[in-house]
Amino acid sequence: MDMLDFPLLNFVTFLPLAGALVIMLVIRGDGEIAARNSKLVALYTSLFTFAFSLFMFQNFDSSDAGFQFEVQSSWLKPFGINYHLGVDGISIFFILLATFLTPVCILSSWDAIKVRVKEFMIAFLVLETFMIGTFCALDAVLFYVFFEGVLIPMFLIIGVWGGPRRVYSSYKFFLFTLLGSVLMLVGLLVLYAMTGTTDIPLLMQADLPFDVQKWLWIAFFASFAVKMPMWPVHTWLPDAHVEAPTAGSVILAGVLLKMGGYGFLRFSIPMLPDATAYFTDFVYILSVIAIIYTSLIALVQDDMKKLIAYSSVAHMGFVTLGIFTITQQGVEGAIFQMLSHGIISGALFLCVGVVYDRLHTREISRYGGIVQNMPKYATVFMILMLGSVGLPGTSGFVGEFLVLLGAFQSNTLIAALAATGVILGAAYMLMLYRRVVFGPREHHDALSMPDLNSREMWLLIPLVAMVLWFGVFPNQVMNKISPSVERLIAEYNDKLNGQIHDAENIGQE
Amino acid sequence: MLDFNLIPLIPEIFMAIIAMGLLIVGVFNGNDSTRVVSWAAAAGLGIAALLLMGLDWQQTFVMSGMFTFDKFAGLLKLMILLGLIISIALSVRFIKQEGMERFEYPILILFAGLGMMIMVSANNFLTLYMGLELQSLSLYVLAAFYRNSRKSAEAGIKYFLLGALSSGLLLFGISLIYGFSGTLDYSMLGNALDGMESIPVGITFGMVFILAGLAFKISAAPFHMWTPDVYEGAPSSVTAFFAMVPKLAAIGLLMRLLFVPFDAATEQWIQIIYFLSLLSMIVGAFAALVQTDIKRLLAYGSIANIGYALIGLVAATPEGAGSVVLYMFIYMIATAGVFAILISMRRGGRAFTKIEDLAGLSKTAPAMAYAMLILMFSMAGIPPMAGFFGKLLVFNAAVDQGYYILATVGVVTSVVAAFYYLKIVKVMFFDEAADAFDGGIPLARRIILFVSVLFAVAFIFKPAVFVENSVNAASALFTE
Repeated sequence: MDMLDFPLLNFVTFLPLAGALVIMLVIRGDGEIAARNSKLVALYTSLFTFAFSLFMFQNFDSSDAGFQFEVQSSWLKPFGINYHLGVDGISIFFILLATFLTPVCILSSWDAIKVRVKEFMIAFLVLETFMIGTFCALDAVLFYVFFEGVLIPMFLIIGVWGGPRRVYSSYKFFLFTLLGSVLMLVGLLVLYAMTGTTDIPLLMQADLPFDVQKWLWIAFFASFAVKMPMWPVHTWLPDAHVEAPTAGSVILAGVLLKMGGYGFLRFSIPMLPDATAYFTDFVYILSVIAIIYTSLIALVQDDMKKLIAYSSVAHMGFVTLGIFTITQQGVEGAIFQMLSHGIISGALFLCVGVVYDRLHTREISRYGGIVQNMPKYATVFMILMLGSVGLPGTSGFVGEFLVLLGAFQSNTLIAALAATGVILGAAYMLMLYRRVVFGPREHHDALSMPDLNSREMWLLIPLVAMVLWFGVFPNQVMNKISPSVERLIAEYNDKLNGQIHDAENIGQE
Repeated sequence: MLDFNLIPLIPEIFMAIIAMGLLIVGVFNGNDSTRVVSWAAAAGLGIAALLLMGLDWQQTFVMSGMFTFDKFAGLLKLMILLGLIISIALSVRFIKQEGMERFEYPILILFAGLGMMIMVSANNFLTLYMGLELQSLSLYVLAAFYRNSRKSAEAGIKYFLLGALSSGLLLFGISLIYGFSGTLDYSMLGNALDGMESIPVGITFGMVFILAGLAFKISAAPFHMWTPDVYEGAPSSVTAFFAMVPKLAAIGLLMRLLFVPFDAATEQWIQIIYFLSLLSMIVGAFAALVQTDIKRLLAYGSIANIGYALIGLVAATPEGAGSVVLYMFIYMIATAGVFAILISMRRGGRAFTKIEDLAGLSKTAPAMAYAMLILMFSMAGIPPMAGFFGKLLVFNAAVDQGYYILATVGVVTSVVAAFYYLKIVKVMFFDEAADAFDGGIPLARRIILFVSVLFAVAFIFKPAVFVENSVNAASALFTE
């Protein structure tokens, strides 16, 4: 298959930014019309971006485990740092997730965002460019630029359009993640000083001494663990989720959290294999604590968004567990779990947004018995809830099951403990569902809420369909992920066994 | 060995003539001519820049080696001239609004600028001292320029006293150097030190005194005490000038000093610069947290920024030195934008400088608020803004030479710094709107703001141009 000369990946990455520029420069005024036009431009831009990313997906060669659609040009020349983008089987799905969820978010804020609509749309489109860029950057500095650039629009989205404690939450979000990221920056610079390159494919071949690897691993871990977020640095997440507007929560849970997992797969494991092996037990323990402890916390939440936020931390515990088993099943399961969680938690936040728009509260006890007046909502919510629980037939099951399979091969005790998380997950999700959808019919305002309108339906149906589709046909995704994961694990094992020692000269140009 | 080649001095000579000519114009026409004198001064600086670009940028020594000109001096002088032009353009309307429109103002800036130009070309301790004092004396007067304000007078006195003390330290250091080496010439001192087995204690002492004196001028902690008070007390347009240009010149002077005559003493001075850098970053970051006045906040911000710039010096490589130059340039451009906003904060004809005065700016003046937002993120060093690349390069230089602790402290303090820059963003975007500021921002200020914001945002697309030029210029110091 002859690939196009057209730099498709550049296009996918920067189209949203172009849309943001159009809104910024062309649309004037703050009136109704300007707001409507901004929404339309943002929606169409994000839809086109999604279409282009689908086109890219169509042309993605699943037999090739390397990077595809690469674009490269000189950037910071005196230092040999290049602008380099590319996708492989691991990153392409994250890009799709980002391009898929952005139009969903824009649609979901169609009526919910009432002030400064234009700015909101600009922030979201800029955010989309940064998200896509993070997943396809093949230069470490470029990756860092995108990875940290995400903070600016997200800070504004939480801070300007958020709830009552938005200032506190936005600060906490920004500073927590920044502190983690800057340590990674030092790590990247050390990596650059050791190898003389910042090109990710080249860095993956580098062979570093164990002492250096340990320190670098810790530096990277600081960044990715905060982003995931892993216990005990997860505390920014519930705050950020609770205060963020619905669209912000969706994108946060759906895409931003995945950057951490992606970072582990892209940096820690291939570049620092010895240190990864050394720290595996440490990550296992943190993951299991995250799974059990945050599930228990989720059980006692009164706030719907907080509950889902804690469930996210627990689900991300499965992801880190899976990634660090470094088995085919474990890593594939972790990636699948991230995708599935991106869709399910995003959709769950949308569901919370639906009732929040009607009643303006997220307190679980203010609802109850709404299955009577909102049957469609109850159905959609049920499927998503079951997906989050990990019921067979939904996408949630595949990821968790594979992760546990991988974990059992590596450490039975850890796997057994993690498996209790599945039960706890069922407990808090079912409890949430029972109390909100069934439960005593006490609140008249809750009982008089109208069912999903057509916009909300069209927003949620694709998400629900994907949850089911991925649950029934996981191979559609797996066959594209597998080759890249296979390569990742093979190279990891090779390096661990010390078979590659001729890589020291890499990047000495 | 007499030589009368004055060609490399043409820009300086031209500036001196323009300054004195404008002084005569001012004296004859009185304060009404301030506006004309200001713009004429700016135009003169522009012409000086053109003359500078017309010179041959190869290394030359003139006036018996007192004065040198090379790529490094050329680039820094261009930056200084740009900073001077911006400073004058920012103040024309401001000094009128504040009722201190006197023709000496632009002329003092010109003389200060002349001093700076000499500083970066100094190749002899006497030239160094002369340039430094010409600059400093003009700055003392400017700090106290708002005669009716006690704070301004206080700032002037404070600056003068501490500045004089630091000049004293510097002179004492120079005398020690002269006593122990018998020369004031950079090149000869450098050669003498190169030939020695170890550096004599007297020379080391002299160097420490000189560095202490210069640390005052660049306001590196622990010699930073004057900065917040002077920044706060001086008229805002003067503060803008202080924040942008003099430190650039002082850093340029410091770099030539460290890399040319004291090259052989690198081991010794690295310890001092290391300590200054570490302390400046920490003091700047933490002290700024509790400030409520933007000018004070920027003062501590500038202390922290000097700390970051010094990281690049510690590396003692051409890349490190180049990153310092670029860092200072990026910082200068961002500062220009911030002050363009700061001096436009007026309600009912009165100037405001508190952070809370910016409340809800995003509602009352969205364009200004977004400009400030971008500049704040740039100063905080968040990608993709220009400020990030400045920090990236200095940290890279440090890590490259194995200064991991310095780099780590640097990034951690930059997170602390992010907190107070975010505070400004928070006040503008998340808080309820205060009264709107007066409109009618002059065109010059708008242009400066626009260029500054554009630079912060668009730097990422062509960073190589700036990086190459600054590294190339800095490598001129490492020719031997």
